[in-house]
Amino acid sequence: MPKHTLSVLVENKPGVLARVAGLFSRRAFNIHSLAVGQTEHPDISRITVVVDVDELPLEQVTKQLNKLVHVLKIVELEDSKSVQRDLLLVKVRCDARNRSDVLQIVELFRAHVVDVSTDALVIEAVGNPEKLEALLTALSAHDVREIVQSGTVAIGRGARSITERALDRVSA
Amino acid sequence: MAQVQAPKPQAPGRSPKTAPATTTPRPSAPGGAADAAGAVITGAQSLVLALEHAGVTEAFGIPGGAILPAYDPLMDSATVRHILTRHEQGAGHAAQGYAHASGRPGVCIATSGPGATNLVTPIADANMDSIPMVAITGQVGAAMIGTDAFQEADIVGITQPITKHNMLITNADDIPAAVAQAFHIATHGRPGPVLVDIAKSALQAQTTFAWPSRVDLPGFNAGAKPHSKTIHEAARLLATARRPVLYVGGGVIRAGAADGLRKLVDLSGAAVVTTLMARGALPDSHPQHLGMPGMHGTVAAVAALQKADLVVALGARFDDRVTGKLDSFAPYATVVHADIDPAEIGKNRVADVPIVGDLKDVFAELVPALAEEQRKHGQPDLAAWWSQLDDWRKTYGLGFTPTQDGLSSPQYVIQRLGAIAGPEATYVSGVGQHQMWASQFITYERPNSWINSGGLGTMGFAVPAAMGAKVAQPERTVWAIDGDGCFQMTNQELVTCAINEIPIKVAIINNSSLGMVRQWQTLFYNQRYSNTDLHTGAGTARIPDFVKLADAMGCVGLRCESDADVDATIKRAMEINDQPVVVDFTVSRDAMVWPMVAAGVSNDEIQYARGVAPQWDREE
Repeated sequence: MPKHTLSVLVENKPGVLARVAGLFSRRAFNIHSLAVGQTEHPDISRITVVVDVDELPLEQVTKQLNKLVHVLKIVELEDSKSVQRDLLLVKVRCDARNRSDVLQIVELFRAHVVDVSTDALVIEAVGNPEKLEALLTALSAHDVREIVQSGTVAIGRGARSITERALDRVSA
Repeated sequence: MAQVQAPKPQAPGRSPKTAPATTTPRPSAPGGAADAAGAVITGAQSLVLALEHAGVTEAFGIPGGAILPAYDPLMDSATVRHILTRHEQGAGHAAQGYAHASGRPGVCIATSGPGATNLVTPIADANMDSIPMVAITGQVGAAMIGTDAFQEADIVGITQPITKHNMLITNADDIPAAVAQAFHIATHGRPGPVLVDIAKSALQAQTTFAWPSRVDLPGFNAGAKPHSKTIHEAARLLATARRPVLYVGGGVIRAGAADGLRKLVDLSGAAVVTTLMARGALPDSHPQHLGMPGMHGTVAAVAALQKADLVVALGARFDDRVTGKLDSFAPYATVVHADIDPAEIGKNRVADVPIVGDLKDVFAELVPALAEEQRKHGQPDLAAWWSQLDDWRKTYGLGFTPTQDGLSSPQYVIQRLGAIAGPEATYVSGVGQHQMWASQFITYERPNSWINSGGLGTMGFAVPAAMGAKVAQPERTVWAIDGDGCFQMTNQELVTCAINEIPIKVAIINNSSLGMVRQWQTLFYNQRYSNTDLHTGAGTARIPDFVKLADAMGCVGLRCESDADVDATIKRAMEINDQPVVVDFTVSRDAMVWPMVAAGVSNDEIQYARGVAPQWDREE
């Protein structure tokens, strides 16, 4: 099934994330990732949800989301017309013997080391899911102790803002 | 708090939402709970004032710990009549029956924890059948939420999937806006249930009352205006189809659009089927009416859809009980689908022509558009189609075979009841065989004369819903048609009826069984009757004895055991108007509901009677 990225603008109200997530599960739609955070407007939060779903059920899930009272707007962000990023933190066990190998991989993927101790590194990488997967593959030769990933966040390319019009409807 | 500004039209995006709801709530004179303007009152008083301002005149409920503060000012309300039910489920179904009969939102009230969870079934039922209902529940004090306090249940979490919207209020100042929003959401767009959970601490806190001048719901869609392009496309199709069928759903009744439907029916000349939720939307006596489609629909209605070249779905949702196996439903038809809820369109069956809008608006635009198309294309020649339909109607009319055991036919009892009580009465059923027979064998001539639990299929719906319908319309005769299984689930509300002088009439179609389940056991489980015998009928222990039970609950109990006594017993029940009446009609348990399309098979496989498949395409 193709992956679709939806940006869902919601009123910043208690329980709204549970309502959105609950709708996906009870309508049997599979969520690939979900990320939520505030926008430039304190009353509006933005949920980025990546779903594995065909075109027709996608239309259905969008319509069902639109029925939620706290949902203001839904926009699908196409890969080619948006920037999509995940954040990855990886803890790799390493010491003097293999540290330089690991650092080389970090360099290659334009990742960063954000914590160093005598026997481990924490690497931070930002990118699209494919790049992060490649990084993990490269690191798999080493002793990877922990992986944590954010959901995808995405934003459309160009000057247009999807929050603009939603802002017309909600003002402080 | 965010405030709605003047709504600005939104440019069409990927999934545009229409202009936000800014309708001013209906103002109404405050009643006697407290003097409003600026005075310091409790949250509880504010709640009662809010209900009064929302236009509530009747509410059904049961008090308890968390909601207790609200019941104190409620006692003094001059405009809200509270009816104390015997179970919260009864309060919920009563609110549904009230709303279903009158079109006004039904209101039910319960306390926290078990009081609230007992409302879950009626809320789910109202959600499935799009019934406008507002449920008010008490919640434990705000500081105790999340501590597993006594009688605490996360009712907002529990009812999230089964409400149109719900909210938890912990601040007394928020009560009026929450109530205004709840009624607005419940009654605008596709109707549905809204739950307002109010912490006891908010009910006890001091506040001032101000009824909001507008409802602040920037994300709420009340519905769009139908698009003229799709209206004209639908009109063109209706003007040129050779085998058109109007597939009418409960949305027509909810929209109050029966008059508009009638105009479309008369102008189009199309065949009409009314679903279980739409019985009465078009009078059964109308010559173009083929009856109910679906699992237990008429052969003519089912066949018409299967052979149609155009299906116009109006406030219907292509439910599996109507379509049978979806892939083979109406295989030759172009589909026009009009509904106020855009999510219904294309959900089950792809719509060739989607129309989103209030059905009143749809009819107002579709009828003149059709007249225009007919001027262009000439009157449609539907003679061949009607000759086919009339043949099916004549050959496979509704009927039933006499019983073998000497007991009455349930169908006969229900048919006589409908004939004697007439089309002005309101009929409310439970769920099962008696429901299907009541849908088939009573002639419905007006919208809202038939009330039942369609989507959720809630046994026990009839008695409390009939109570609600009678409260909404005291001048009408209200008959609950119930099964002996259903009746044993909620009959305690007859006590409520007796005490509060709500004289409903109950016909128990007593076949001593969970009849519909038994029918499936007969057909699909080798007549192994596992756990369907209820021992209430003829020749059994008769536990409980429904006549004695009725008597104990302050009702008149009557029993009818033969065809010969049916008319006289119904007439006797019709004469009693100062007390609820319960009639125990002892009927045969072997009667089955026909026609039938077995679950999950194509509608082409409809059986007219057991082992009798209609011949679809026989030559004249």
